[in-house]
Amino acid sequence: MDWLLIALIAVFGSSAFFLGRMRAERLLMSTAGRMHSRPNYHGYYVAMWATVPVLAIALSYAVFGEMLTRGQLARELPSSFSRLSPAELQSYLDSVRLAAGSAASAGADRVFEAITNRYLELRGLVNAGTLVILGLVAAFGIVWGQSRLKSDFRARALVENGMELVLFLCAGVAIATTAGIVLSLLYESLQFFQKVSAWDFLTGTRWNAQTEAEFGALPLFFGTFMIALIAMLVAAPIGLFSAIFLSEYASQTARAWIKPILEILAGIPTVVYGFFALLVVAPGIRSAAIWINETAIQLGLASEPILAAQPTSALAAGLVMGIMIIPFVSSLSDDVINAVPQTLRDAAFALGATKSETVQQVVVPAALPGIIAALLLAVSRAIGETMIVVMAAGKSARISMDPTSDLTTITVQIVSLMTGETGFDDPKTLSAFALGLVLFTVTLAFNVVALRVVKKYREKYD
Amino acid sequence: MTDTARTQASKARAMKRLRKRRAADGRFRYYGLSAILTALGALAVLIFTIGSQALSAATYHVVNYDITLDPAVIAPEGAGRPEDISRNVEGFYGLVRDNLIATFPEAAKDRASRREVADFVTRLAVLPTAQMVAEQPELVGTRITLTAPLNDDLDLYLKGQGVRERKLGVGAIAAIKGEVEGGYRVTGAGAFDAVVAALAVAAADLPADAAEPGVLLTAGPSTGRLTEISAGSGHLELLTGNIKDFARLQSKARLIVALESERTISDQQIAWTLALKDMGRIERVPRKTLLTNSDSTYPELAGGLAAIVGSLLTMLVTALVAMPIGIFAAVYLEEFAPKNRVTEFIEVNINNLAAVPSIVFGLLGAALYINFLGMPRSAPLVGGLVLALMTFPVVIIASRAALKAVPPSVRSGALAVGASQMQTVFHHVVPLAAPGILTGAILGMARALGESAPLLLIGMVAFVGDVPRSPTDESTVMPVLIFSWSNNAERAWEPLTSAMIIVLLAFLLLMNGLVVFLRRKYERRW
Repeated sequence: MDWLLIALIAVFGSSAFFLGRMRAERLLMSTAGRMHSRPNYHGYYVAMWATVPVLAIALSYAVFGEMLTRGQLARELPSSFSRLSPAELQSYLDSVRLAAGSAASAGADRVFEAITNRYLELRGLVNAGTLVILGLVAAFGIVWGQSRLKSDFRARALVENGMELVLFLCAGVAIATTAGIVLSLLYESLQFFQKVSAWDFLTGTRWNAQTEAEFGALPLFFGTFMIALIAMLVAAPIGLFSAIFLSEYASQTARAWIKPILEILAGIPTVVYGFFALLVVAPGIRSAAIWINETAIQLGLASEPILAAQPTSALAAGLVMGIMIIPFVSSLSDDVINAVPQTLRDAAFALGATKSETVQQVVVPAALPGIIAALLLAVSRAIGETMIVVMAAGKSARISMDPTSDLTTITVQIVSLMTGETGFDDPKTLSAFALGLVLFTVTLAFNVVALRVVKKYREKYD
Repeated sequence: MTDTARTQASKARAMKRLRKRRAADGRFRYYGLSAILTALGALAVLIFTIGSQALSAATYHVVNYDITLDPAVIAPEGAGRPEDISRNVEGFYGLVRDNLIATFPEAAKDRASRREVADFVTRLAVLPTAQMVAEQPELVGTRITLTAPLNDDLDLYLKGQGVRERKLGVGAIAAIKGEVEGGYRVTGAGAFDAVVAALAVAAADLPADAAEPGVLLTAGPSTGRLTEISAGSGHLELLTGNIKDFARLQSKARLIVALESERTISDQQIAWTLALKDMGRIERVPRKTLLTNSDSTYPELAGGLAAIVGSLLTMLVTALVAMPIGIFAAVYLEEFAPKNRVTEFIEVNINNLAAVPSIVFGLLGAALYINFLGMPRSAPLVGGLVLALMTFPVVIIASRAALKAVPPSVRSGALAVGASQMQTVFHHVVPLAAPGILTGAILGMARALGESAPLLLIGMVAFVGDVPRSPTDESTVMPVLIFSWSNNAERAWEPLTSAMIIVLLAFLLLMNGLVVFLRRKYERRW
């Protein structure tokens, strides 16, 4: 049905275009070339009338067709079905739909078979109805569009206005996406907060969503913060110093080579970093921690192991995440450092400052807002990073200052709550959306602040 | 007099201070250099570890079995149609197992041995041969060579990765005598000196209560377990082959530190593997199945074809949605948008969307596409749409930069000869900006190709054994396959995962290479 609709729209559109153009060409001959618009634009105009309303109908069919069928079917069901809860009814209808699609419903009980057949009937009715409406609307559109074509008809202006509207709508998708994110997160989160109080969620210290329905997310926030902190401790100095070296010290050729190589780090998929953390870094950190424990005990500094030395650890995830973020920090800082006017440097040199003094006391302070913005964006990325922590950070929700113990993060929990069997009425699934809302809000705050700082800073030196 | 002294003193102080400042300058430079070297070193370590692992998985060992396609087994009465033959895995597998038992008569002695020999080849490994015979029924009754991959643990053993072992030379064996309690007494003056020395070293490394490492003695196709070792003699328990080989051929000892009960492969299996290798029936061949097979629960059969096709279908959907929307939006914002609140709001949204964590898009996809619109889970269609939402801000930002680079004189020229604004943009500006727009779009697609987190949330992590045929089929993608494989416990998955990573990186490299090529070829400065 979907392919049929797409094909029909294409057929309507192209035939309308040719009809419109033919009519315009006849007009062109009869008026001896005195027309406002070229025949092609007349064709486009008619095609617009033939496709746009049809497209709207097809879209609403795709969205509401199934809903309409189900609503009617639910009304016709025997009264005994009224005992089912809405969710049970939905899953029953899901199985009906599945059986109707596979055509191999033999062996099921007779009531089910009858309902499936009725479903198919209703579905066919909706499909046929849609097709009839579609055909009528398209035909009407072609006739109406044709009837408006005249020699002084401003087809081009209208088509271009329509086109501009399409362009505007494409740009509006950005707003729609943001709205979609906010609405879906808010909607599911509100459902969750009807079952669990928001205060308990934000301040509770016990998280056992999978087994015991305990939703205290504080350990997740702590784990996220801890791992992001480790990542920033790696990425901030290395990224910053790389940027300073590249923009102030490196020769043109070195810069031309090193910069793209650093960018490779940014292009490697995060799942590869996760595998690297799991394969190399986590076991390495574990043996180092075991060695530290043993040495400490041998030297009499401690009576029992001081580090947890677990196979997956916050430190492993944080270190690798830090490596991943280096190019992010370095390229953003590089940009702002390059934007500092050369006159500032020249003035410092003229006063007899060495290069490092110039960098430390003139260039970096001048670029500081931009550098801070870069670091904020990097933190936001560290908080939202998923695959590395899913693979290397572990799943136990705890608050522990020991970096070699396994900690869990918001993103890890979202993934583990949303994979496998997910029902959208389960508090387990809904809690993932509440976590997503927290994640979205926090990263959004970081991004907005950072982008504002960047913008302000850019204006300063332009 | 006092003046010059003071000047000289202050000059010395100044020189000292200058030296200090210059040293600080040098140190600072060194910090920068070491930061860069750290970053590059991390990249090198990452690529080296994954690359070397992938290299070992690029080839694998296969065993050749010369079997006669007995019609009574392959196409029994009433099951001779091609589709029956292609489904007759059990029959082909039986032939392979019987072939192994014929090669190693000792394998037939009890159930445990039969199971051990059966472990050599996975049941499903005979499927390609079964399908080949089904297509060419005239092969039934003839003798063919069936090639099947070796069990993954034995494959790792032959690559020297599975079990830690040391190979040691052994002196000539002078005498072999049967013993009362079974086995043989092998003697030769100083034959096992090296073994005794190595055992002493190994014992020093091991904890005191650990059991003694096992020693296997190999001569040609024959292998035995060596115990009660002294410099000149040892007790040999024959595992496979002929005891006379030890007198005839040069023997070699293998010292295996791990206990047999703690290994995935037994001494007996090692002995048979070595025998097959000696007979020339085991070959190391390129692992083409990585690109031609789909996922499997057995590492020696697993491949990434389904995931590669799934990735391509997903990218197709992403490209079809994200590229037009992104390009049109960029054209609007750069060429038509009035400077007002709405435009500003759109721009703020685009910049924020580009920085929203990818997993949030996964939540959006799960709530909107799957829960609200009832689209199928695990489908490339949904995955592509989710990734499209993630990619189009990137496309917009890149396209705007490309449009901005087209000089205003082009627009003025077109407008001056009477083109409308729409004609100016689509006839002149967009074609000139096309290379830049395209490279931006390809970079966005490359990012989407490596993305996995949002796809986990819409169920693309399921095990997919069949190649998807349409965007609504159940499917997975390359990065998610890498994630699933890295979760598998068996040791053989590790190199295989690395190999899949290299395949993914090759695709990304290809896309980035395309970008570089397009830039070189079409970049123009105005």
